[in-house]
Amino acid sequence: MSAVIEEHHDEHHDHKPTGIGRWLFSTNHKDIGTMYLWFSFIMFFVGGTLALVIRAELFEPGLQFIEPELFNQMTTLHGLIMVFGVIMPAFVGLANWMVPLMIGAPDMALPRMNNWSFWLLPGAFGLLIASLVMSLMGMGSAPNFGWTFYAPLSTTYGPDSTDYFIFSVHMMGISSIMGAINIIATIINMRAPGMTYMKMPIFVWTWFITAYLLIAVMPVLAGAVTMMLTDRNFGTSFFSAAGGGDPVLFQHVFWFFGHPEVYIMILPSFGIISQIVPTFSRKKIFGYSSMVYATSSIAFLSFIVWAHHMFTTGMPVATELFFMYATMLIAVPTGVKVFNWVSTMWKGSLTFETPMLFAIAFIFLFTIGGFTGLMLSIVPADFQYHDTYFVVAHFHYVLVTGALYGIFAAVYFWIPKWTGNMYDEKLGKLHFWVSTISVNVLFFPMHFVGLAGMPRRIPDYNMQFAEFNAIASVGAFVFGFAQLILLYNIIKTIRGRRTEKATDKVWEGAEGLEWTLPSPAPFHSFTTPPTVK
Amino acid sequence: MNNNSDGNKKVLRNLLFVVVGMFGFGFALVPLYDVFCDLTGLNGKTGEQYVSDAPMQIDTSREIKVEFLANLNDGMPWEFKPLTYSVKVHPGEATRVEYVARNKTNRDIVGQAIPSVTPGQAAAHFQKTECFCFTEQVLKAGEEKIMPVIFIVDPSIDEDVHEISLSYTFFIKPGSEDAKVKTDNMAMKARPSVALSTPLTQH
Repeated sequence: MSAVIEEHHDEHHDHKPTGIGRWLFSTNHKDIGTMYLWFSFIMFFVGGTLALVIRAELFEPGLQFIEPELFNQMTTLHGLIMVFGVIMPAFVGLANWMVPLMIGAPDMALPRMNNWSFWLLPGAFGLLIASLVMSLMGMGSAPNFGWTFYAPLSTTYGPDSTDYFIFSVHMMGISSIMGAINIIATIINMRAPGMTYMKMPIFVWTWFITAYLLIAVMPVLAGAVTMMLTDRNFGTSFFSAAGGGDPVLFQHVFWFFGHPEVYIMILPSFGIISQIVPTFSRKKIFGYSSMVYATSSIAFLSFIVWAHHMFTTGMPVATELFFMYATMLIAVPTGVKVFNWVSTMWKGSLTFETPMLFAIAFIFLFTIGGFTGLMLSIVPADFQYHDTYFVVAHFHYVLVTGALYGIFAAVYFWIPKWTGNMYDEKLGKLHFWVSTISVNVLFFPMHFVGLAGMPRRIPDYNMQFAEFNAIASVGAFVFGFAQLILLYNIIKTIRGRRTEKATDKVWEGAEGLEWTLPSPAPFHSFTTPPTVK
Repeated sequence: MNNNSDGNKKVLRNLLFVVVGMFGFGFALVPLYDVFCDLTGLNGKTGEQYVSDAPMQIDTSREIKVEFLANLNDGMPWEFKPLTYSVKVHPGEATRVEYVARNKTNRDIVGQAIPSVTPGQAAAHFQKTECFCFTEQVLKAGEEKIMPVIFIVDPSIDEDVHEISLSYTFFIKPGSEDAKVKTDNMAMKARPSVALSTPLTQH
């Protein structure tokens, strides 16, 4: 692999635009990636604050701090912000930064569209959060129907701000679709000579497949909210039985989007873990091609399992069985991945820097979330678990200790390449241990209260659930404030005054084109494509 | 990079086709869902008016209990109930029952009844030769109306089905009434359990 930056080809090497224009008009994949990551991080604290309001209210039974109406707005906006404002933009930010570096491309394929897809996001979330601000100022209600916005809660009974929400979802959908098109075009057209598909790093592969998922399902979400919009404002009756429609149809359309969406939120994390585990095991990844095929199988299966979210709507037994078996089938390719990661570590010479710690915690805790998912896939069991805290525990294990831990691991793994400085390893380890202990204190008791029948999205609960809820709330506050350690560590690394300089390779076991570049990665990289042997 | 920009445009164009196609697919799910429900009787929706070429074979060896329910959608200020709560029928035999509705407001209201059959697999075998749900019903202020349903349970219905529930929900036809109804508290309190003046007849 040769990765010499031949500077004479580019007279303006590292010439950056300055001031606010550098960011507003940026077409540079690294700057846009940085903006995505900061946007996601800010939204993470906004969504996290809402979560802490929820956990404060649930600390003990009875109503303490907020009214049920506001509680509903908290759960709704927490879900929407975390899904669309944190996990997805963080992944797109990582793709922007890393995909060109990993395949030896000078930039993204469509840099102007890249700029547009980022700058739609602040508008989209500005609208959504504006509805909450107005609600707090006593003007109407913010969206209060849960992040799944089921009709008729969001149509007939939706507050006025639902139309803000619809426009906001349209904008974030357009943003995601443009981001996905850009990533696919980059991967198809801009790979360095010799970088065949089956030589691409797994992170690039998982994003390639994720981008196709986004293109396939974000338009369906746009269709669903468009139908809501016309039902609400233009007299159509897609979801209204009064006009011959069917509210259950909404759930089908929503989950046709929603189930691939949950894989959109985990596949890039699979990719990140597949980069980190080999690096710190000092081995090649075990079963590269099976990783690729497993990812593709998961993506395919994600399209034929959506109705497992709807077992209790009254489906024929044959349909329930089909969706149950199809859902269980997903455990096979996912199991392939987990075993490949474990096999990669097997007999490796492991070291436990912060990214590796997060990666190992990911493998362990995501698998717990996967197992509870398997429990939920069983139709008769799901009738018991449906809409309880067991479901909340399940999807927080896969999204927090899954998707989010993948993002944490990625930040620690690549921030030396981004900034040229090593992060503070002690703080990183502190962040890891405080987070990992508190996240389990937070979410593990939810399994118990869920199995005992505590419903989700309700601000009050029976006395019998009091202890476990108090424990979960304590965990929530520790976990929430632990993230300030990450913020401090990132700022300290960027300033670089009291940190070590990072080497080009950064990690002893690192392999791949991104590690052949200097640290920090220059503003323009791979202007002459490297050759991959 | 010039050689790439053509390729990028091609990828962009192809993927935009996919995006537009999938947006359309989202809407195509609406009729697809209806077709799927028609075939499976999934959502308990019954068919259109049944016209028989030849009378059905009456299967006197079986007896099925059919129960009748009446519901009013939110904001529908009528009173509405079946005059018969349940009948026992042989598959294949045509049976007539009646519902009664009364508009107790001082406004004319157009309503539409939507039928639903439980269990779902019975829906495809529940044929109606006459039903007030086939058309909109207009009730003048204070008017009361007896409305018939004639139905046949198809003898091909599954052996396991011993009971069928037929439920009607009356909706205000969208646009036929202004917002006054929503603020009319008396009207909002109307529920099918309120006894009508018409006496019940046992079939």
